[in-house]
Amino acid sequence: MNNNEKNQSQRETAVSNLITRRQFLTRLSLAAGGLGAALIGVPIVGFLFSPLLKKEPEVWQPIGKVDDFKVGETTHVTFSDASPLPWAGVAAETAAWLRRTSDQEFTAFTINCSHLGCPVRWLPQAELFMCPCHGGVYNNDGSVAAGPPPQGLARYPVRVQNGQVEIRTTPLPIEGQIIS
Amino acid sequence: MKRFTAILTQIWTVIDDRTGLSEMVAPLLSHLVPPGAKWSYVFGSATLFVFILQVVTGTALATIYIPSTQDAYQSINFITNEATFGSLLRGIHFFGASAMVVLIGIHALRTFLTGSFKFPREANWLTGLVLLALTLGMGFTGQLLRWDQNAIWSVVVGSEMAGNSPVIGDQLAKFILAGETLGGATLSRFTAFHVFFIPGLIFAFVGFHLYLVIRNGISEPPEVGHPVDPKTYRSWYQKMLHERGVPFWPDAAWRDVMFGVGVIIVIVSLALILGPPLLDKPPDPTIVQANPHPDWYLLWFFALLALTPPPLEKFAILLFPLVGGLVMVGLPFIANRGERHYKRRPWAVGAVLMIILMIGTLGIAGKQSNWSPDFDPTPLPATVVGTTTGPIADGAQLFNERGCENCHRIAGYGGRRGPDLSTVGDRRTEEQLTIRILNGGTNMPAFGSTLTPDEVDALVAFLQSRTTNQ
Repeated sequence: MNNNEKNQSQRETAVSNLITRRQFLTRLSLAAGGLGAALIGVPIVGFLFSPLLKKEPEVWQPIGKVDDFKVGETTHVTFSDASPLPWAGVAAETAAWLRRTSDQEFTAFTINCSHLGCPVRWLPQAELFMCPCHGGVYNNDGSVAAGPPPQGLARYPVRVQNGQVEIRTTPLPIEGQIIS
Repeated sequence: MKRFTAILTQIWTVIDDRTGLSEMVAPLLSHLVPPGAKWSYVFGSATLFVFILQVVTGTALATIYIPSTQDAYQSINFITNEATFGSLLRGIHFFGASAMVVLIGIHALRTFLTGSFKFPREANWLTGLVLLALTLGMGFTGQLLRWDQNAIWSVVVGSEMAGNSPVIGDQLAKFILAGETLGGATLSRFTAFHVFFIPGLIFAFVGFHLYLVIRNGISEPPEVGHPVDPKTYRSWYQKMLHERGVPFWPDAAWRDVMFGVGVIIVIVSLALILGPPLLDKPPDPTIVQANPHPDWYLLWFFALLALTPPPLEKFAILLFPLVGGLVMVGLPFIANRGERHYKRRPWAVGAVLMIILMIGTLGIAGKQSNWSPDFDPTPLPATVVGTTTGPIADGAQLFNERGCENCHRIAGYGGRRGPDLSTVGDRRTEEQLTIRILNGGTNMPAFGSTLTPDEVDALVAFLQSRTTNQ
């Protein structure tokens, strides 16, 4: 074996341990493409899923004076979301059914049926809440009276502060539970 | 004139040489398709025509529509009542959506019934399923862009349904609402999905689907006793095309064109005669006078949820679409060979009949929505009550005021949620009626705590008087 042949075979062994130029360029391009996609993809996905990460503040919103509500009556009240977007318009408002149970005690029911979230209506003479979607019925204390609802109407935290009734804003109840 | 034509020909020759347009299009037009493909093969292309119609009308509508929770309703109102041709365009877009759902549905059923999903067209079927799902997604998101009372409550119901999913339910609901409650971000998110995300995917998958149609060839009309064998099918198909095939244009395509144009004529006529769907009241999440229901093509699913017994409902919401989807996805893997003709596939015929019957009857049930109480029942007139004084008349008044008539019907007045009580006096005794009113029942509230004994007596007296021969 002369020197030339020796060199040649050594070089071949070395090359076979390395990747070829073609393989290198393929991998380089794929990696660069992946980097580019990640650079653009991360902010886009984050932007789209931001509602899942953001926690709305919960604030107490006044809904009227204590004396505006009669004991034993159920009234439709509305209040603003905690931090609505400037262009939300009417979508920033939420409603509740407020029942004055005693002199200083109030119960605030969500208007969302615990079945699928449709707005329940209060029938004052029948003393029942009824849901238009699938006929769910609730008693005046929010407990299920009939129909498909799996549980009673969810409730908002409510308090009396300086003669004002206040409701604490909360997320939309899912499956009759106020999630947080 | 001759010289003019010569110049035009010369211009075209140059353009065609630099772009290769005819090189690209000619093989598509002249490619051979199986003979005997008749009118049952037109539904796929008609779906595509209507999709293009939707893109064109939707783009036009988008020049005025404002996807803001505050202004969307006003902008739709303007489109409907003031914009030139606005009402017609909205009508075409609505009936176009209906047509697209119907046509893609028929196309899928036809493909199933003729066994065209079998080898080698499994991927055609699977991309078609993606397009079917995307089309339904377009229908749902589009209905919400009307942003009326019905739309905002449909969003709430949609997110509640998604909220039923295990583990990710709450996150999914937040994703749909774009927040924790309905708010300013909700509508712009739905608009982005309706006009960018989903149509973009539809374009991509239509391209893929059509490429597969060319690659695998249009399925030949099935023949009894001619099963698909993956080993020999491709060579047999090529030989058959070579011997008996006809050029796609115009031998097969003329039917696609005729039917597609027919569909467009029907859509425009319906839009002219019936107009766009009426807008519900302006959106207001604080107003409880709402009765959310989907457009007609999703009514059957709405009805399914209403009629499913409550303990099973959680499963119906998720499992029904999931299992249905899995069965359809699994179909070409389970049965990609064998007989294609419906006469040799009784189960396929049975399944198609069942699907049509189910969607049809559930759709009708959803339209009637008997499970929905009547919120403003007319008081029973004296002619029905039969008297204007005494306990029977008092009972009739209580029947209207205390919530009975919201769910029970008498002589054509009142809701349909509960049993019709027109002749309840024939089948129930005084005691049975009293117990029922005081304690309620499976789907009836107990009135024991809200009615006085006198009121119960009056109600029972009134119900006792409801007999066949009063």
